[in-house]
Amino acid sequence: MSELICGWGRTAPTAATVVRPRDVEHVSDLLASPNHRGVIARGLGRSYGDPAQNAGGLVLDLTGLDQILDLDLTTGVLRAQPGVRLDSLLRRSVAAGWFLPVTPGTSAVTLGGAIAADVHGKNHHRDGSLGRYVLSIAVAMPDGDVVTVTAQSDAELFFATLGGMGLTGIVVEATIQLIPIANSLMSVNTRRAANLDQLLDELIEAEASDRYAVAWLDCLAAGRSMGRGVVTSGDHATDDEARGRHTSRTPSHRGGREALGTASLTPPFGLVTRMSIVALNEVWLRKSPTRRDGEILPLNKFFYPLDGVKGWNRLYGPNGFLQHQFVVPDEHSLRLILAELAKAKVPTALAVLKRFGPGNPGPLSFPRPGWTLALDIATNAHGLASVLDKVDDLVARAGGTIYLAKDSRIRPELIPVMYPRLSEWNSIRDRVDPNRRLVSDQSRRLSL
Amino acid sequence: MINSLGEPQSLALLGGTSDIGLAIATKLARRRTRRIVLAGRNEAELSNASRDLLGAGAADVETVIFDAVDTASHDALIDKLFTGADIDVVVVAFGLLGDQTQSENDPDRAVEIATVNYVVAVSLGLRTAAALRKQGHGTLVVLSSVAGERARRSNFVYGSSKAGLDAFAQGLGDSLVGTGVRVLIVRPGFVRTKMTAGLPRAPFETTASEVADAVIKALHSHQEIVWVPAQMRFIMSGIRHLPRSIFRRLKI
Repeated sequence: MSELICGWGRTAPTAATVVRPRDVEHVSDLLASPNHRGVIARGLGRSYGDPAQNAGGLVLDLTGLDQILDLDLTTGVLRAQPGVRLDSLLRRSVAAGWFLPVTPGTSAVTLGGAIAADVHGKNHHRDGSLGRYVLSIAVAMPDGDVVTVTAQSDAELFFATLGGMGLTGIVVEATIQLIPIANSLMSVNTRRAANLDQLLDELIEAEASDRYAVAWLDCLAAGRSMGRGVVTSGDHATDDEARGRHTSRTPSHRGGREALGTASLTPPFGLVTRMSIVALNEVWLRKSPTRRDGEILPLNKFFYPLDGVKGWNRLYGPNGFLQHQFVVPDEHSLRLILAELAKAKVPTALAVLKRFGPGNPGPLSFPRPGWTLALDIATNAHGLASVLDKVDDLVARAGGTIYLAKDSRIRPELIPVMYPRLSEWNSIRDRVDPNRRLVSDQSRRLSL
Repeated sequence: MINSLGEPQSLALLGGTSDIGLAIATKLARRRTRRIVLAGRNEAELSNASRDLLGAGAADVETVIFDAVDTASHDALIDKLFTGADIDVVVVAFGLLGDQTQSENDPDRAVEIATVNYVVAVSLGLRTAAALRKQGHGTLVVLSSVAGERARRSNFVYGSSKAGLDAFAQGLGDSLVGTGVRVLIVRPGFVRTKMTAGLPRAPFETTASEVADAVIKALHSHQEIVWVPAQMRFIMSGIRHLPRSIFRRLKI
């Protein structure tokens, strides 16, 4: 049956035949069945733009393949189906003392989607992206065959699939290495910064000592307070720390489904306006301590603050919003871009900054060394299209790139510039999917 | 594909020499639209327009010669448009204004106006909608007119054809809800173009460029009807409610 689907940003919906496969065999059958507009896999639809849509074609909703097949409690090796949600995975593993080696800012994503986007987390500077912990994947190929792929057995296909946006085959099973934790608490440090210089210094300092580090910044502040914000960093708490003074009231790991609130109706106009953002930024900044060390917080509060509000994406109103995330190698380019955004007064509701460490060998994997900034912006912001095009140019010129899992609007011409190994990736697709049966709205839009 | 900011990558202009249609195409070519198909009758004018669009930033402009009133040829035209790559936006921009006095005295001329403005649009609209449904996305832009809101004594042949077109487009849009395909109805007031060349100045007169701006803005919203200028919506609402005995005496 044809359904209208869109990404998390609720922009550019298209209609596709959505099928929810019962098992791996069903995935194979559907892949091999004739369909002139191709097939793409979809998880929980948390990509902001259009990578999990396929207008006029077939979309495989893999959330039915959600089994944890094996969790080895002594080695922390997990084998699971692609549709398993990270929050349900954590509900099982955290109690047994294992945590995800890399987690994005929401636990409401599937494992398959996380691999297809090669997600990164607040620990990238030190631990890399998720791909580093993928031991093997089973991939359903466009002809329906299922093959097990590791970095040794077929390095080309393995790395092309990490960050390959589902266009090299459908991951139907994955084996990943988890990391051990002593308890479900985090020891968190907070630093408030009055301007960009201070913020970058604090972030660099935090990265040197902490496994996780990230900065939130106020993109509407201009002049001397440009780049003011808050740096949050931390690590999994030791049992001694957990018993310490800031003991939290909710020590156990709670699943992300217990929402604090729900935005279930889309307001007829966006509630996220420049005025409300300025007010919220001010409140957020003022309520953050100038400096606090060793605060003990539950995992969810540290990693998934927004998972508490279900459907928060609806608050942007009927025209939706987008997230723009890029990485640039140097601080100078970052400053140029921030100045450009401040000058254009782009009403960024949420801006998250962090530094990446080395990337992985995936030709389309996003992280590469440098500064990465993610901006949430309502799409009806005045003049947004041309400002973001300008930012893209600055990113491309600096040798940086944008994150395909967030993209919904870049000029296709820039993709080969930002991903210089695109032709290498395409030649792997020529081998595994010569007829380009794997197609998404994003691959059409960007001529991938 | 249309991106998250409502910018299409491909466009087909049916009525490829229409001033409003070309103004839309030119502005879109300056942004993301790289592939444009111009379909129309006048080969020389089409190739001029195609050169301009390449200059504006389009990478691939194709011209298709066809006679709109030959509805039997429409299937082949739509097939040709949608072969190979997707079309994100289709603009139906055929239109004949005609001279009212002449139309009243020459029923054949009136039939021609009604055919081009209504019958041709019905034929192309239905076929385009079916093709867009198959690709799962797309926007059909229909150039209607404020004249269709209430047919005036001075212009009722044209007005009635636009009234039919507008009603058709509304129904078509409703039939496509949930399919990923959308119909955008544009109701301009008096537009200074080659169609209206030589006519006296009108109140709230607008330009092809302003109409194009309004259309492009609407592509990125959930709007189903766009009035140009925007005040026309309220003016026409007033006019629609005038008693007929008064309306027929108005010199408009």
